[in-house]
Amino acid sequence: MNAPSITTPAQTQAATTTFDLSAALKDAFKAALITFGLSIPILSFRTEQSGADLFLSSRWGLALIVTAIVFGLRLLVHAYTASRSYRKATPSPKQATELVHAQPSAFQHVSKFAIPFFLGVAIAFPFLIYLVQGGLNESRYWIDLGILILTYVMLGWGLNIVVGLAGLLDLGYVAFYAVGAYSYALLSTTFGLSFWICLPLAGILAAFWGMILGFPVLRLRGDYLAIVTLAFGEIIRLVLINWVDVTNGAAGISSIPRATFFGIPFTAGEGGFAQTFGLEFNGMHRIIFLYYLILALALLTNFVTMRLRKLPVGRAWEALREDEIACRSLGINTTNTKLTAFAIGAMFGGFAGSFFAVRQGFVSPESFNFLESAIILAIVVMGGMGSQIGVAIAAIVLVGGPEVLRNLTFLKAVFGEGFDPNEYRLLIFGVGMVAMMVWRPRGLISEREPSVILKERKAISGSLVKEGHG
Amino acid sequence: MEIFVQQLINGLTLGSIYGLIAIGYTMVFGIIGMVNFAHGDVFMLSAFIALIFFLILTTWLGISSVALALFFVLIIAMVLTSLWGWAIERVAYRPLRGSFRLAPLISAIGVSIFLSNFVQVAQGARNKPTPPMIRDVIVLFQGESGYNVAISYKQIIIMVMTAVLLSIFWYIVQKTSLGRAQRACEQDRKMAALLGINVDRTISLTFVIGAALAAVAGTMYLLYYGVVSFADGFVPGVKAFTAAVLGGIGSLPGAVLGGLIIGLIETFWSAYFSIEYKDVAAFSILAIVLIFMPSGILGRPEVEKV
Repeated sequence: MNAPSITTPAQTQAATTTFDLSAALKDAFKAALITFGLSIPILSFRTEQSGADLFLSSRWGLALIVTAIVFGLRLLVHAYTASRSYRKATPSPKQATELVHAQPSAFQHVSKFAIPFFLGVAIAFPFLIYLVQGGLNESRYWIDLGILILTYVMLGWGLNIVVGLAGLLDLGYVAFYAVGAYSYALLSTTFGLSFWICLPLAGILAAFWGMILGFPVLRLRGDYLAIVTLAFGEIIRLVLINWVDVTNGAAGISSIPRATFFGIPFTAGEGGFAQTFGLEFNGMHRIIFLYYLILALALLTNFVTMRLRKLPVGRAWEALREDEIACRSLGINTTNTKLTAFAIGAMFGGFAGSFFAVRQGFVSPESFNFLESAIILAIVVMGGMGSQIGVAIAAIVLVGGPEVLRNLTFLKAVFGEGFDPNEYRLLIFGVGMVAMMVWRPRGLISEREPSVILKERKAISGSLVKEGHG
Repeated sequence: MEIFVQQLINGLTLGSIYGLIAIGYTMVFGIIGMVNFAHGDVFMLSAFIALIFFLILTTWLGISSVALALFFVLIIAMVLTSLWGWAIERVAYRPLRGSFRLAPLISAIGVSIFLSNFVQVAQGARNKPTPPMIRDVIVLFQGESGYNVAISYKQIIIMVMTAVLLSIFWYIVQKTSLGRAQRACEQDRKMAALLGINVDRTISLTFVIGAALAAVAGTMYLLYYGVVSFADGFVPGVKAFTAAVLGGIGSLPGAVLGGLIIGLIETFWSAYFSIEYKDVAAFSILAIVLIFMPSGILGRPEVEKV
């Protein structure tokens, strides 16, 4: 956020080195008072419905607990800033030049080993779960969770091309997900096409829609573009709901054909997957196959993105994100550059959508509302716009985290029997997005690998580039 | 003809509500150039505050006069929603000044998600109906086919309230020192700061005023429809933003004009074309206006500074 600067003696003296307890208490008290004021109507009263009438019940305890939490947090923030300014006031020689010549950070040391490790875990995941749970049927829940997480990883990587690399905020990404899902659903139920033909078709159709929607809007400035993509996303959803003749409206399309193992169906009978390979029939074969399918699709997204970054078009995206006017004066066709980012991002959204349809066997417009776009955007923002591994970690934490929390029984003992972390998931997403923008605008993983290297590989601090990418 | 007049009345009522919300968008955009995405949810929150205090006043404190209760509810909702508006600006937007250009918008989306889910978790996901508060209508004239054109007291209250608040507000912006400071910050924030205007305070007050007007809109919405749910912030918010852009973002009369136009288009579209596609119409207008006339009806064309 700040320009690189070298600490001057004057600044050193200005920094407060002592922790002013009374001022901190005063401020924390103020914050607590405001929180209490904010919580008066919504938290301390609850509207209950009985029959046609509403009546109120009060719960001041909850409001007081929240107020106390804010008070404590505020004090901690003060203590933290005081200790940080103390550290800044007594700089070590290394720190003074940190911003200019960034040392390879801990993340970069770790990432060399972490990425193959994660990949290995992802590939071995069904086997690990099989060993831990001791049976195919018992591991169903975990593999389903793995599929869900990988779907979001793929969507996050797809959106990352548009938001992270090209710097275009797309609030309607779920529209392309919907186009992919409905393409497969309609093509397979109407024309009986198989999944392997529909998958590329869904990608092409989504990319086509990306271009149709993208073309008129790409000359708009950043936040207008975001709002227009939001409008398009909603229009597509509303059309899906209301165009009953084609899409079957809000009821959705059901009994979509299942995926086949390159033509061999996962059925118990003659010519099925189990019989062909001499295995005992088990419904889990299909689930495990779906797991590897989405893993392959996600890795394809990642691979294509990494290669594109090295191509002229990928470099133009990143240049565009950093400074559009400079780009234009250097002769980059900004409209075409943006359009390719939009279309390629949309294509991966389409792939993911068609996977979604084949996995669920059912699509309805309700799966493609604005909230879904917001969740994918939250994953990209919190992971660090432009960072592939960051997006993957964010997807695992944000999608898998609430599920894991739900299984922790001691939380139920603390918060009561009806506690379901999934209820609070979006609440945490919202707070997380704000917190990320305030404290770490470059996301969890702010380091970026440069795509072109002159002579030797250097670490680039996020502070040296405008939007945090090397 | 009767249907036309009736829809005109309904459309103007709806448009007044949109206009009140749109002012919040337009002012914030004018002064710091950000789309306050969370404004629709602030509006929804204010409707909940109004609902809760209406219930407190009528059932616990036993105020039987609906008009008196409404008056108090309006004041309380305005105060508490202003506090929310102030706190949101302080926590989520102020630290981001000088950050990269999409940061405030992403933060605003975060606030929007937070607010709607906060209300969902705290108040439950179901629609909250209120007993109909004011039922009387005035029959304006009777058509030949027996179709009565009527204006309800609710609609009169909403339109009169909008007009009165707008005049008060117009006076503030045009005549008081706060309004001068606001207009100065809008033109050049750095210069205004050099001339001794407390820019942070002015921006905070802009959010407070926007939230207070959203609270008026929220109370009126509750009065008019008699039902509110946690998800009600999104679509009215987008429509009000459309109104702000259509009228020319940054322009106050433009926001009201845009609100009335959007309200009229929505009601006439529902009456004459199809009610299912009314939101599609609103979103399409938003896209078309942003693409083809981004400076709106009353706005100044934007000059790109290098």
